[in-house]
Amino acid sequence: MGFTLHGTRRGLLAGAGAVIVSGMAGFAGPAAAENVLKIGVLGVMSGPAASWGLVNRYCAEATAQMINEKGGVEIDGEKYRIEIVAVDDKNDPKLAVSGAERLTQQEGIRYIIGPNVDTTAASVRPIAEKNGAIYFPYAFSKSLYTPPAGNAILGMIASYQAGPIIYKYLMDEKGVEKIAFVARNESDPLNQRDEGVAAAKELGLEVVSAEDTYEPGTTDFFPVMSKVVSGGPDLIVLSGVAPADAPLLIRSARELGFEGAISTETAQDAKVLSEVAGEAANGFISVGGASTPSIRSAYMEEFVDRYKKVAGEWNDEAGTKVYALEMILATLQKTGKAGLTDVQAYLEAVKDFSMKNPFLQEDKQLAYVGTDYFGQKRQIGVPMVVNEYRDGDFETLFVGSVE
Amino acid sequence: MEQILVNGVVLSANYALIALGITLIFSIMNLLNFAHGQIFMIGGFMVYYVYGVFGLPYMVGLAAAALVTGVIGVLFEVLFFRRVVKIATREENSMLLAVGTALLLENVALFMFGEKQRGVPAVIGGVYRIGDAYLPAGRLLVVLIALALIVGLLLFVQYTRPGRAMRALAQDRQTTYLMGVDVDRISAMGFGIGAALAGLAGALLITISGVNAGIGTAISTKAFIMIMIGGAGVVAGAILGAVVLGFAEAIGYALIPGSTTYLLIFVGLILFLVLRPHGIMGKPHG
Repeated sequence: MGFTLHGTRRGLLAGAGAVIVSGMAGFAGPAAAENVLKIGVLGVMSGPAASWGLVNRYCAEATAQMINEKGGVEIDGEKYRIEIVAVDDKNDPKLAVSGAERLTQQEGIRYIIGPNVDTTAASVRPIAEKNGAIYFPYAFSKSLYTPPAGNAILGMIASYQAGPIIYKYLMDEKGVEKIAFVARNESDPLNQRDEGVAAAKELGLEVVSAEDTYEPGTTDFFPVMSKVVSGGPDLIVLSGVAPADAPLLIRSARELGFEGAISTETAQDAKVLSEVAGEAANGFISVGGASTPSIRSAYMEEFVDRYKKVAGEWNDEAGTKVYALEMILATLQKTGKAGLTDVQAYLEAVKDFSMKNPFLQEDKQLAYVGTDYFGQKRQIGVPMVVNEYRDGDFETLFVGSVE
Repeated sequence: MEQILVNGVVLSANYALIALGITLIFSIMNLLNFAHGQIFMIGGFMVYYVYGVFGLPYMVGLAAAALVTGVIGVLFEVLFFRRVVKIATREENSMLLAVGTALLLENVALFMFGEKQRGVPAVIGGVYRIGDAYLPAGRLLVVLIALALIVGLLLFVQYTRPGRAMRALAQDRQTTYLMGVDVDRISAMGFGIGAALAGLAGALLITISGVNAGIGTAISTKAFIMIMIGGAGVVAGAILGAVVLGFAEAIGYALIPGSTTYLLIFVGLILFLVLRPHGIMGKPHG
């Protein structure tokens, strides 16, 4: 069935149907933290998209360790030790359902970080609603967050929020007029492509191609990129691209003589880009979190160090995913004990919750947003940090916001 | 059109190396090695560490990949498959064991190498123009090495004593045993060579495609497609299957919308198997 672990190193992964419980026993901190607050992480932690779910898990574990070492999180005057319970859904809706049932029924968890894609996130919805839990997907389908749905809170910037801003920037700064889209042949990237095409048309860009896709597991992107490049775009958008595929697509495009801009609306990792694409990735634009060194706070630096201990190395995707647990805990501090068992108290607190963003140097507020897109506040107000890759690192182009 | 041909040749050469390994193991053991893609992945990671991290020459990385994956193949045969193949009365037992070894390797790799995509610096720089087509020098190098390995394997199987023993084993295990051939040794060698071919394919392709711990299943799926097209257990069939799949991909991605390319490949494969279930060059009796 699975196995239970009490550790902090990365990659302690189960095989089929794996269930991983990563407790923080070794970092329990002072004896004052006698109560336990369990937080679930549900997502893809094996297979080609493993980094999406594993980064969520490592972020949660790193944050939990930091808080536990200080005695735990204080809610209504009592300290709670954070325990992370992680479940690998293998990007399979059936496993996401069983994972959500396990987390909510057996573990009694009310707050779950994940899942990572539309299909698994949609499958979790009835479980969360039935068992009174809130989950924080990294999937962009608006139906997850729009009434009558109410238990999902988007954990990051959606592609349809970042895309138009990036396209506009490139139109103004680089004179982009013609745009091409390429996407993995799966529901999430295809949805993101469709949203991107609509946004591009609205901005007046000429969409020269949008039908080109590639299969999961593609090892050679030359054939698909040959066709994309032949259309003569000024900008190629890699819709919903996984960090594993992005550098390969970029390298193929450059080897085919493409000299225009390349961008994506998903978070990427500088080291992966550097290793796989090298100089070819220079100028690649993506959306990150509070990950670039120039905008990090001291607390974020501390988190980065802890993340490296947990995961073995830093991953820029974590700059976005660091927010979820921090927001959950801060909101629970506002709701008091009621929020620990009653998610309605949490959802009530969401309406006017605000705190200083602990991850940025700048004095910015962090709140729940999304009313413009979903008709209700069902999104963590992660700052929209648009990065450009340059010689092994991301440089921040600008910092925006959803609202 | 030139680009389609170039892409087809590059894909075919890469795929042939993958298909040859799995068909070699199938011919000798009558076993579909579900861990083939995972062994491919380990070959890629060997080059990542030897060439990318430790900075040793790329050829050392290739040799290390062949050695390590070859040893893994031999160990799998000796420790797991030999006994199961001997005592199992149903073929499903060895297939399930193969699935188990695939999961084992994938999870060990995830534990050891992490979840990130890995890549290495280009072994050779530059891009050639062939008519209107682009051919990066790195891809050309991969094609040339793959072709050399394929020719080497064909010569080995055709003209060497162990190679002949492998062919005999593929034809009739019992008779080969009665002829005095050390069947266990040849089986282990065949499994090792098949695994080493997968490892070498991964070691070559990391230079253009990178590698991650989860890539194995997709590679195995493509390997199965190729040997189903060409005929399982037939070396020439594996190469033919690779050429068919490589050009089908290259043509499909260029001329039809990307999302329907693999749909058409699978529909074509189903229709083809209905008409010729043993593949183009396979024999109906196995």
